[in-house]
Amino acid sequence: MDSRKWFILLTGLAVGAIAAILVKLGNPANMGFCIACFERDIAGAIGLHRAGIVQYMRPEIIGLILGAMLTSMFAGEFKTRGGSATFVRFIMGVFMMIGALVFLGCPLRDILRMAGGDFNAVVALIGFICGVGAGVFFLKKGFNLGRAEFSHSNAGGYLLPIIFVFFLFLLIKGTVFNPDAGGPLFFSTEGPGSMAAPLGIALLAGLVVGFLAQRTRLCLSGGIRDFILIKDNYLLLGFIGIFIGALILNIIFGFFKPGFADQPVAHTMQVWNFLGLFLVGLTATLLGGCPLRQLILSGEGDMDAASVVAGMTVGAAFCHNFMLAGSPAGVGIYGQIACVVGIILMGWIGWSFRED
Amino acid sequence: MEKVDVKGLSCPMPVLKTKQAIDGGAKELLIVGTSQVSKENVSKLAKSQGFNVNITVDQKDSWEMEIKK
Repeated sequence: MDSRKWFILLTGLAVGAIAAILVKLGNPANMGFCIACFERDIAGAIGLHRAGIVQYMRPEIIGLILGAMLTSMFAGEFKTRGGSATFVRFIMGVFMMIGALVFLGCPLRDILRMAGGDFNAVVALIGFICGVGAGVFFLKKGFNLGRAEFSHSNAGGYLLPIIFVFFLFLLIKGTVFNPDAGGPLFFSTEGPGSMAAPLGIALLAGLVVGFLAQRTRLCLSGGIRDFILIKDNYLLLGFIGIFIGALILNIIFGFFKPGFADQPVAHTMQVWNFLGLFLVGLTATLLGGCPLRQLILSGEGDMDAASVVAGMTVGAAFCHNFMLAGSPAGVGIYGQIACVVGIILMGWIGWSFRED
Repeated sequence: MEKVDVKGLSCPMPVLKTKQAIDGGAKELLIVGTSQVSKENVSKLAKSQGFNVNITVDQKDSWEMEIKK
């Protein structure tokens, strides 16, 4: 095995281990990192939804973006680009979030849930693999969202990181604009949103993983995609590393509890576990990267990826305002409809964007 | 020499377009692209398919490579 493969395997191990440590230090169970859940918490923190149990300005997300930005700047890879079907990507981000919140986790949390003994996540993994497979079908048919162009100014690439630096400022400063209603940031007093590792550690964890993910190009949909498409296992090694790293520490910490029932922030409606991550796998493959990868790219100046991040944040607000998100009780009818609509819509986009 | 233009394309389009040209029977290709990620991935694919890779332009935001069997 060459050095690059060792590096991504070790990166995976580190990400998995850091995730377990974040849970030990206060994050919700099997949620050391979850890009979808944390963007959802951020949507709540800025009041885009008022689901009281999932509001927190997650420093991990801020760290991931800034870590990727600083790393790409040092590597000379920070370059503002965009213009590849930007609004389509925004809408795809909305539906990628709907799929993730129907399942209750992004692909990264799916691995962490499996490493915690949550068998529902295995069902979701099969859905994810099938979704990526469906995406590969469209890729082979000539799907293409079009070329991105370099911008003549780097300013656009700094916008999203600046917004998150501002959020970090608000978080640290703790300013309250409206003493009666709260805000600008809202914080859960109970539920998953109230559970968090200490700010500094969470931020540092994000920065470290942002650095590692930027260097290795870690991508969870990409791991499965490349294996199906060109029998390449490079990105898949990162995937496997995360599982092993989290599994070992989960066992040491006593977090590993195998079974289907009573898993933390999870439900047992297997059709929707499967279809939720099917939608995420399909959408991520059409977008060119999973939710984690979109965050990292947005830190590198990719404005199309930043649109996906914005779409996911807005999608999270829709999920809670319109009762689409799953909960430990399961997935309601509106979430089921939205998930199926998402799959149909992504299929339509996949088919419509074929090149000659 | 057949040319494959993968400028500005997101993953995995650069690899896919190169692979399609290789599967189409090309023994020599000139590939031009922009991102470092696509450069790494395309050259990795070409090597795995038994091609010699010669990177003729190697800048941070622009690259060209010739691959030959």
